[in-house]
Amino acid sequence: MIDPTGYPQLDALLPRLAAIGKLDAAALHAERIAVLGRKQGALTFALRALPTFTPEERKRFGAEANRLKEAFEAGFAAREAELAAVTASAGRTALDLSMPGRGRWLGALHPVTRVVDEIVEIFRELGFAVAVGPEAETEWYNFGALNFPADHPALDMHDTLYLEVRQSGGAAVRQGERDEGRVLLRTHTSPVQIRVMQAGPPPYRVVIPGMVYRNDPWDASHAPAFAQIEGLAVDEGISLVDLKATLTHFARRFFAPATKVRFRPSYFPFTEPSGELDVECQICHGSGCPACKQTGWMELLGCGMVHPKVLENCGVDAERYTGWAFGLGPGRSAQQRYGIPDIRLLYGGDMRFLHQVAGQAPA
Amino acid sequence: MKVSRRWLEAFLRRPLDTRDVVERLVMLGAPVDAVTPLHAELGDVVIGLVEEVRPHPNADRLRLCVVDAGGPTSRQVVCGASNVEVGRKYPFAPVGASLPGGIKLERRKIRGESSEGMLCSMRELGLGDEHEGIMTLDTEAAPGSSFLAALGLEDDRFELDVSPMRPDLLGHKGVARELAAAYQTTFRLPEIPGAKIVYPVVPPATGSTGAVGGVTVTIEPGAACARFTGAVIRGVKIGRSPDWLRQRLEAVGQRSLSNVVDATNYVMLELGQPLHAYDVARIAGPALIVRRSAPGERLVTLDNVERGLPEGTTVVADAAGISGIGGVMGGLASEVSEATTDIFLEAAWWHPGPLRQARKALGILTEASQRFERGTDLWGLPDALRRCIDIVLATAGGVLDQELLDLWPEPANPPRIFVRTARVAQVLGVELPVAELERCLLAVGATVVSKPGEGRLAVDAPGWRPDLREEIDLIEEIGRIHGYQSFPDELRPFRAGNQTDAPSEVAATAVRRHLVAEGLYEAILLAVGPEDSPARQVRVLNPISSEHGFLRGSLLPGLIRQTESNWANQVRDIRLFEIGTVFRPGGMDGRPEESTHIGAVISGARSPAHWSDGGATPDCDHWDLKGLFERTVSLANPLASMQVDEGGWIARMPDGRQVGRAAPLRADAPPWAAPLFGLEVEIDPAPRETPRYQRLPAVPAATRDLALLLREGVAVADVEALVRDTAGELLETVRVVDEYRGKGLPEGRRSVALRLVLRGRDRTLRDAEVDEAIKRVLATLGKALDVTVRTA
Repeated sequence: MIDPTGYPQLDALLPRLAAIGKLDAAALHAERIAVLGRKQGALTFALRALPTFTPEERKRFGAEANRLKEAFEAGFAAREAELAAVTASAGRTALDLSMPGRGRWLGALHPVTRVVDEIVEIFRELGFAVAVGPEAETEWYNFGALNFPADHPALDMHDTLYLEVRQSGGAAVRQGERDEGRVLLRTHTSPVQIRVMQAGPPPYRVVIPGMVYRNDPWDASHAPAFAQIEGLAVDEGISLVDLKATLTHFARRFFAPATKVRFRPSYFPFTEPSGELDVECQICHGSGCPACKQTGWMELLGCGMVHPKVLENCGVDAERYTGWAFGLGPGRSAQQRYGIPDIRLLYGGDMRFLHQVAGQAPA
Repeated sequence: MKVSRRWLEAFLRRPLDTRDVVERLVMLGAPVDAVTPLHAELGDVVIGLVEEVRPHPNADRLRLCVVDAGGPTSRQVVCGASNVEVGRKYPFAPVGASLPGGIKLERRKIRGESSEGMLCSMRELGLGDEHEGIMTLDTEAAPGSSFLAALGLEDDRFELDVSPMRPDLLGHKGVARELAAAYQTTFRLPEIPGAKIVYPVVPPATGSTGAVGGVTVTIEPGAACARFTGAVIRGVKIGRSPDWLRQRLEAVGQRSLSNVVDATNYVMLELGQPLHAYDVARIAGPALIVRRSAPGERLVTLDNVERGLPEGTTVVADAAGISGIGGVMGGLASEVSEATTDIFLEAAWWHPGPLRQARKALGILTEASQRFERGTDLWGLPDALRRCIDIVLATAGGVLDQELLDLWPEPANPPRIFVRTARVAQVLGVELPVAELERCLLAVGATVVSKPGEGRLAVDAPGWRPDLREEIDLIEEIGRIHGYQSFPDELRPFRAGNQTDAPSEVAATAVRRHLVAEGLYEAILLAVGPEDSPARQVRVLNPISSEHGFLRGSLLPGLIRQTESNWANQVRDIRLFEIGTVFRPGGMDGRPEESTHIGAVISGARSPAHWSDGGATPDCDHWDLKGLFERTVSLANPLASMQVDEGGWIARMPDGRQVGRAAPLRADAPPWAAPLFGLEVEIDPAPRETPRYQRLPAVPAATRDLALLLREGVAVADVEALVRDTAGELLETVRVVDEYRGKGLPEGRRSVALRLVLRGRDRTLRDAEVDEAIKRVLATLGKALDVTVRTA
């Protein structure tokens, strides 16, 4: 509240100044314009009397008008702050902030894709690029070029799905046994090794993800199609030591730095020497449990030095260049990692399953 | 391959620790899948000495026996068997013991007399069918000592996972050789109890015809038999095998049949060489002819199945007909029986390839064929035959016709292979001393001659290792026997490869990430499935089932099936996508044409339910699908453009080829399901253009909303296109912001609101310029499409 100014034009506004404290938000806004508005405001209107005063009077009147204007501004600001505080406290009681927030659908990569991405990532650090190739192959690419002996029990481990070949004219042609041109669904990603090596000169350093096919039943532990990832490194001076070192490094990046790793001999037609890499069972960590059949180990991958005949089949000088290759099942790694007992869950489209293994809360 | 620990111990002449054996074999490349302790359920059974036998006071057929079972006091046992005698030893199961079949012995009273255990028959112990009397033991073992140990029954059976490349591990001798290498010790054949070593004369192998003991044998040209050895033993007595033989066979799960048959099986399980015994009296001629079968020939095999033989199958025939399929299975007609007195033993080498084809055609897989098709020891036939003769003579008696038969039309030596020491170092990455190379090669049975001056070794591969044919095979053996665990595992410098990432994979990855960001879950489905679009799919010649008989030509049918099974699980909100290969007949070199597609299905709520919606979250509709399709096409196939097509949309390349479609889908939906929508787009593998930065606008834009009245049949897309064409370069964007049909509009018209954003290149547009542009647009729209402005 301020003292009267002694000018009736100004003092007439004093009751309005006193009334500010009772205005609501809308009236406050209107009153601010009604008093201080640049064109129609009451104070502005009062100032129109200014030219009628003497120069000294003008000065005094101006000072009083300014004092009144500041008082109004302060009054409006105080009332505004008061109203804002009331609104805020009113809001606090009305909003139950424990009510659920608004969601949106989240997607997720397939667990196998996640595993493949991780593996690819590790091998990229080691100078590898990603290669892919056809899923329907000829017998030569799938077996012959990879040094599989014809009519040998080694083929029994690759129960193969053969495809009908239609030649021009549309007639179905069924090709005979041991025909290198016979068309099949690749039983492993290894034919892509051949295609990579045919495409250019060494050094080769590629990882090859993809689906492979077997004439296997569709049950809890078998699928007629499943994911595989393969790697190939060929250059001068590459040896079994590089193979063991690189894959041991990979295994420890993929699991944990101190993971126990076991490299043991095996036999594959397209690698020699061949091996398999086991890592300590990720469930019992070596003490033995049903998941690892009490051995304390899990098979991770098969590998070996590329057979000289495979290099020669691709026109690579096998005396000058040596190399290694490996292959593993990212599906099996995913099953182990997420504890998935049935492979059919993996190669199906159950929303509940995909949601769960993505680690998302129930929607 | 099942292997008995005791049998291996007999080779190595030392006790073996089961855990350690498993570990060593794994590290030699022969993983053990399972270890079964044999007769573990008999661990409680002890040797019982019967001290006294009295009649049961209350039962005529029962007797009371006093048994010394090792404790401080003897025990009384009620027994029903009649063969129990004082002073003899029997298997005794004390109170508390468990027996096969889950029986647990308890103290009980039988007709008023207490019984503190049981004297057991063979059948009660699970050792045979004999149940007439208690099993009488002929043993020195003290009363109370372990029955298993006293009888030598305690054993472990290993289940070996044998590589097809290692036929030598299909016999105990091969496994013993590996262990001898691991333990750096020696091994030799176990002794045959009661064997008198005979030294039959083996004449130099030659020719394709000969005779032994009156049986003539001929290998005809073209037969897949490289070598055939045989012997005749007269006056054998077919009967039960002695315990040691039965136990060895039973320890590896082989049923004992009769002494002669057991002898052949024993040699197969020991040396890996299958043999066959014929009854000489039932060989017509007597002559055996190894030949190719003629069309239409048939045979009743040992398993009593009559089989038609594929023409050209290598068989052993006599004068009357076929008596066996070479290396696969013998015939019933010449089988050894109880009446047999004279036998012909055959040990032959069959060519793996033809044998494998024959047995596959016949659908038979036998222990013999399994070994022959992996490759048996061509040079080891006489040894295997002699071993079998020793066992037959020791177990069935008889007299050997001194001269053996050995037909080998084209004799050959085992292959000689040269191993360069520098090459070993190149492949293995470490330089091993020559002495270590020699040790490793000798351990696998090779003959080694070092040629230090030449920097190489001359190696004669052993006959039992058909997988050792060239230098690299021997380098593998050196690495294996030296031990993979001994190689260093430090990373050495490497060069990066010459390859770059496959563009198709790069494109697929970008699309995959996008669909996840759209809130869809990635699925990976089988590319083999049922027939969805007849005549346009590639057929699988040997499918696992009719449900998996075709390669998919499109991703949507599989996604629809997954939607249906989600519905079956009461899941209503479905958002799935897959990136996978689809196949079409008729590509390069007979292979189908392959392309990578993205397929997606959506159904159900547009977003997770939220309370602010009042429980009425809208379901996905056409426009959700269209938006998803537009965004997916622009990523998967940026050159394609979209157009409306029969209730949905398609994407076409500039040349008109269709590369994508999106539409509501028909499916077997429950009543509560929301509408299902799907899309599928081919992913163009070509590298994508990189977006280029353009100067950001420095001047404000002008926005104008136009409320237009469109006649039925006029498409907004056409209106939009015309707006773009006529507004000129000032137009930045045009967007549909509203549509209205109904009251207040002229008949046959709908109202569509467009929001145009216009912007000058370097300066703020004046109102008049914008008005001018809008006027031009409206005039053209009116003229070309009869579009008018809606007045309020």
